[in-house]
Amino acid sequence: MTVTLHVNGTEHKIEADPATPLIFVLRNQLGLTGVKLGCGLEQCGACTVMADGQSVLSCVKTVSEFNGTKIVTIEGLAAHALGSAVQRAFVAENAAQCGYCTPGMVSEVTALLSAKPKPSRPEIIEALNGHLCRCGSHTRIFKAIERVVAEKSNA
Amino acid sequence: MPNGSLVKQPNLDQWLAIGADGRVLVRTGKVDIGQRISTALTLIAAEELDIDPTRIDIAAVETDVAPDEGVTSGSNSMEESGDAVRRATATARKHLLALAARQLGVAEDALDIVDGLIRARATNRSITYAELAGGKPFGIPVDQTAKTKDPKSFKHVGTRVTARGMADLVGGSAKYVHDMQMPGMLHARVVRPPHYHATLAKLDDAKFKSAGLGIVRDGSFLAVAGPDEYAVLKGAERLAAAATWDRGKGLPEGDLFKNLTANERVSLPVIKGSPVKEAVPALPAPPANAAVTHQARYERPYNMHGTIGPSAALAKFENGQMTVWTHSQGIYVLREAMAEALDMPIEAIRVIHAIGAGCYGHNGADDVALDAALVARANPGKPVLLKWTRDDEHAWEPYTTAMVMELQASLDASGKVLAWSHESYGDTHNMRPRSTGNKSGAARLLAARYLADPVPPPVATPSMGHHVGIHRNQEPLYTFDNQRLVKNLVRGLPLRTSAMRTLGAYANVFALESFIDELAEAGGLDPIALRIRNLADQRAIDVIEACNTALNRDKKPAGYGRGFGFARYKNQKTYCAVGIEVSVNDAAEVKLHRCVIAADAGEIVDRDGIAAQMEGGVLQAASWTLYEEVKYDRDGITSRDWDSYPILRFDNVPEIETILMERPGAPFLGAGEASSGPAAGAIANAIKDATGLRLRRLPFTPEAIRAAAYR
Ligand code: FES
Ligand code: FES
Repeated sequence: MTVTLHVNGTEHKIEADPATPLIFVLRNQLGLTGVKLGCGLEQCGACTVMADGQSVLSCVKTVSEFNGTKIVTIEGLAAHALGSAVQRAFVAENAAQCGYCTPGMVSEVTALLSAKPKPSRPEIIEALNGHLCRCGSHTRIFKAIERVVAEKSNA
Repeated sequence: MPNGSLVKQPNLDQWLAIGADGRVLVRTGKVDIGQRISTALTLIAAEELDIDPTRIDIAAVETDVAPDEGVTSGSNSMEESGDAVRRATATARKHLLALAARQLGVAEDALDIVDGLIRARATNRSITYAELAGGKPFGIPVDQTAKTKDPKSFKHVGTRVTARGMADLVGGSAKYVHDMQMPGMLHARVVRPPHYHATLAKLDDAKFKSAGLGIVRDGSFLAVAGPDEYAVLKGAERLAAAATWDRGKGLPEGDLFKNLTANERVSLPVIKGSPVKEAVPALPAPPANAAVTHQARYERPYNMHGTIGPSAALAKFENGQMTVWTHSQGIYVLREAMAEALDMPIEAIRVIHAIGAGCYGHNGADDVALDAALVARANPGKPVLLKWTRDDEHAWEPYTTAMVMELQASLDASGKVLAWSHESYGDTHNMRPRSTGNKSGAARLLAARYLADPVPPPVATPSMGHHVGIHRNQEPLYTFDNQRLVKNLVRGLPLRTSAMRTLGAYANVFALESFIDELAEAGGLDPIALRIRNLADQRAIDVIEACNTALNRDKKPAGYGRGFGFARYKNQKTYCAVGIEVSVNDAAEVKLHRCVIAADAGEIVDRDGIAAQMEGGVLQAASWTLYEEVKYDRDGITSRDWDSYPILRFDNVPEIETILMERPGAPFLGAGEASSGPAAGAIANAIKDATGLRLRRLPFTPEAIRAAAYR
């Protein structure tokens, strides 16, 4: 079947088994390999992308569920005002070690800050608690968020 | 001391090349696994060559091209590769200055270097590195004694920089093995037995409806391959349903911790950090002048590496040649083991490193490389990208062994330790695919044992090196009198094990540092003072004091506990002290509030990189300590996803303050594994301080805390 996907500002007509999880279409058909497969079980957050401004896990939900939604992946965030600020803050804080969890984290943080420009610590934790990082970059991710918030409130 | 990597690869061209465009290419045998070794090497090369770091490239690590520096493990990379690159670049600098002096007709000491441009001060004439040596081999050996820069003039080494490749990681453009795509590429998945000892009895081909999918079967090794990843995934599920396994007796059952000290074992005394093949001395009676004698037993379960990205490899078999892209930590050792497993000559195999998710030791990385090669061999000419699933990684990676530590010590009234005994029990930490001939490398790759012509798993032998395996950090850095150290390699344990970050050091330091606090309490002494009373090494005392001062800067909040732990990794690498503040809530959950790390890693190269390793080490160890235990039963592993094997999440991350000691000019000390053991000791001691409960079996779950409270 054909599905229409809006990804990173471009419309794509995708031929796929409608039961295919979104992540495989993004990675293998559109070459957006920044989106990471960590568990395929909606347990780790690695596969997070933004759909209509909200963060969603892409490893189980099927491509047909995204017909017509506007998807932004980690690759698309560079052209996104807030997303690119979040990326710069992650770089400035060296908020990644192996980086495998990072695209999911960056996408989640961007979705969080678009909804709540000045989140409290408990709100940040709630947003990120579904994301696992085995390298232990957590404190740096907190700092990156603080950096974006400070930048935006000084702007 | 001569650098071993340079002894093996003595020529400057094996380490360094200057391009015609003036870019500098640094070669290393160590792979970047998120620990930022490539950042550190860049800083070292930039410093010695006086060139901007952005003009330095780090070569991809590939067999026959990269220096053979063994495995990227054991916190050895800075001492081996870091030091080698420093001496190589210092040699190159000297050589380039001599060439320039001749060309410019002045003495060497009349020259300055600014970003790869050598200028004669008097005449202002200049020449670049590229003009002198661009695109040409140096053709000289590395001078192991070449003079290196005075730390006082450092411009790059020791600064805080953005890690190499950080923007690519954050931007999603970094290419992991998992992300490689090639024309005609097949995806593949393995269908695994229900547990280690099951064999494939029957495959009902009629049940497996294949649409464009190929099956690879060799004995009990079963895989499916095809061009579409999702179709392969579904195909693997159908193939699993079509397979009937002979389950045999299943995994050995029984009380793990009882078996650890009851099973048959090889016991060896450990003298000054190394085992000796002698009889184990009996535990002597406490000395007559002992004021206090105390004993305790500590236990740690099996833990897993738990990479966030399950292991993957890409393999291509063409014209009798196998090329493998892998995130293994040891490309040369993997090549040898694969040659044995595939019955191919070593020269016919090329192994190329590509980045993977953090591995923290010997996880599924090497195993998946053989899996991919087996599927590639059955599909000549087609690249095969084989990814383990979450279930594969959780259930099949080589875990770190469960361990038991039994300690006993006597103290005089002044706090001097008069006698000390520490026995450690566990399975092997040493199953990396290193070959010592006779297919011993192949035997350590998972798939080899399931082939029609199987290579059975090897019987572990006790590691005899200094501070390795079960006895890593068993020898205290403290100056205790009458030390009795024993390692026990235990037979008949149920799970497959190998090297995980710190090997036995995490468990040994957890036990040692918990026990010192117990001793202090028994003797009515301050635990920090007791440590310092028994230390002669001033650098150790310095990190302990720095950490303790920062931890106790302000008053401890009511109901909170503070705890402390210290070790020098392998007694020869980074010194690290960890202080932690915790509380235990009504749900018996341990909450981590604040953490102070003080570390002495010798001369600091990548300042923020060392801090990241220290912090990451603490958070990972906190996760092992509070949450993690691999569970299993007769039918196999039951910790098969993140629900059944929970790890640390954002809701329990403390504030971390990291203090690095300044030691310019001192040798580099490996840092990647230094904070894990101290963190475990600190958490155990902090829980005791907060609740009065002394916990001796990891992990410290709410169930464990409740059980201790009601004991
Ligand atoms: S890969 Fe989607 S949540 Fe783990
Ligand atoms: S940076 Fe490696 S898992 Fe988060």
